[in-house]
Amino acid sequence: MSGVTNLVPSDVVDKWRKDFPILRQKINGKDLVYLDNAATTQKPNTVIDTISRYYTEINSNIHRGVHTLSQLATDEYELTREKVRQFINAKSLSEVVFTRGTTEAINLVVNAWGGAELKPGDEVIISEMEHHSNIVPWQMICEKTGAILNVIPMNDDGDLLIDEYKKLVNEKTKMVAVVHVSNALGTVNPIEEIIEIAHAHNAKVLIDGAQAVAHLAVDVQKLDCDFYVFSGHKLYGPTGIGMLYGKESVLEKMPPYQGGGDMIRMVTFEKTEYNDLPYKFEAGTPNIADTIALSAAIDYVLAIGFDAIHAHETALLDYATESLKVIPGFRVIGTAKEKASVLSFMIKGIHPHDLGTILDTEGIATRTGHHCAMPVMTHFNVPATARASFALYNTKAEIDVLKAGLLKTMEVMGV
Amino acid sequence: MFDLKELYQEIIVDHNRAPRNFREMEDADLKAEGFNPLCGDKLVVYLKLDKDVIADVSFQGEGCAISVASASLMTDQLKGRTEQEAEKIFETFHELVTDRDSEIDLEKVGKLGALAGVREFPARVKCATLCWHTLNSALDDQDKNTHATISTE
Repeated sequence: MSGVTNLVPSDVVDKWRKDFPILRQKINGKDLVYLDNAATTQKPNTVIDTISRYYTEINSNIHRGVHTLSQLATDEYELTREKVRQFINAKSLSEVVFTRGTTEAINLVVNAWGGAELKPGDEVIISEMEHHSNIVPWQMICEKTGAILNVIPMNDDGDLLIDEYKKLVNEKTKMVAVVHVSNALGTVNPIEEIIEIAHAHNAKVLIDGAQAVAHLAVDVQKLDCDFYVFSGHKLYGPTGIGMLYGKESVLEKMPPYQGGGDMIRMVTFEKTEYNDLPYKFEAGTPNIADTIALSAAIDYVLAIGFDAIHAHETALLDYATESLKVIPGFRVIGTAKEKASVLSFMIKGIHPHDLGTILDTEGIATRTGHHCAMPVMTHFNVPATARASFALYNTKAEIDVLKAGLLKTMEVMGV
Repeated sequence: MFDLKELYQEIIVDHNRAPRNFREMEDADLKAEGFNPLCGDKLVVYLKLDKDVIADVSFQGEGCAISVASASLMTDQLKGRTEQEAEKIFETFHELVTDRDSEIDLEKVGKLGALAGVREFPARVKCATLCWHTLNSALDDQDKNTHATISTE
């Protein structure tokens, strides 16, 4: 955990909380304590209002009509592309492709890049802490192409074993696809080093940033990754909109992912000429409303700033880790050196699902289960864990409620 | 009398901490495996039959309190019953945990009534019914001679 510098005053956090109308909800008669932010974050008013405003004022299809509304919708859609470009510091707008989410972005790379580039005997490297969405598509393409899938192991803290990675990577390695921040463990991986090692062997690198972008600033040029992917809904934006960043030189060479409208320049029955980047990868009418609302989400996060977000969330994670560890039988799953906003845990004698159900009766939303990372559960020899994950609007008082909820659960379960 | 809305009755907590008939049965006539991969709930149900009467029934495995207590209560209820009676009890039980509007006849459901709270928690129905589906699978296996792992997800 990195050191906390400037603590965010609680009245500032209270102000942030007011931006999220759902936080005023009562759940089972209790104040909602929303600690499932790694699954999806709540949305600020500006995001909700943008969606409403879009459908109220400018709804129409983009890149098509000459009429005013179509032009307005197109402008806002493309302004979001520019906003995302700045957000991750991509070199050009051609490098920002909108997708349905992280999963679709990974599948796009796997099928378009992997389908063209992977040959029998080639190797793909992923890690033991990947989300299923960065495991299964690679398994599928490896099976199809005859490529081999290798896995970087981790230790019992949830840190990747970089020395083992160095042994795995070789001249046959064509792709290294690794998660930036683990959703199940909270580990922040040393992706700069991972990318550098891969590039030394001429392998491409995809970084799954789904859990990272709400917590830390990402600069794809500085990282020098070939692909970076994330979802809007874990960044205070809507569901159904995500992004693929790809280096222009790499995207240029890739065949399209899906065929349809918008991704073509000219179609005859004999031959089709594809559109330029990034439109080549955006077939069909996209999710216009949610794309535009993603702009509002990015504005919201940048207005607060990652320094404040990081300071606040680190303080929350430290506070939660410290205050919960006094509970008898409490065990943290994931104690990596660098962690972000995720506290996965077990309480001896209580199954995580019973925990989740009883916490819910107290208005506390946590995730229980395998977190779409079954190999992580296998590593720690647990069927499931409970997970509290924090966002900028969470408070220490909510962690106190969580602690009281855990103690109540133990009482109910006779532990 | 218990509060039906309460999921974690004392009886459930008790059966979770000290499950009855929780043992492997080496000379079982029938056994079947139940597994809910998404939860990680895993159990094996063992049966000993005397013609069509369940002479002995036991289980082993791991899971949440609802699935363990349900399996424990199930084995308690089934000893000495015929296969047909077991089927009837499962029907009654299934209605008890899935139909929010059904009347609860405590005389009919006996101790299994402790699981009535599950009907308020649709996400947990699969936990309560895993053992019963596994039992069914064991009984079916003797007819069909198949060995599939059953799941309620």
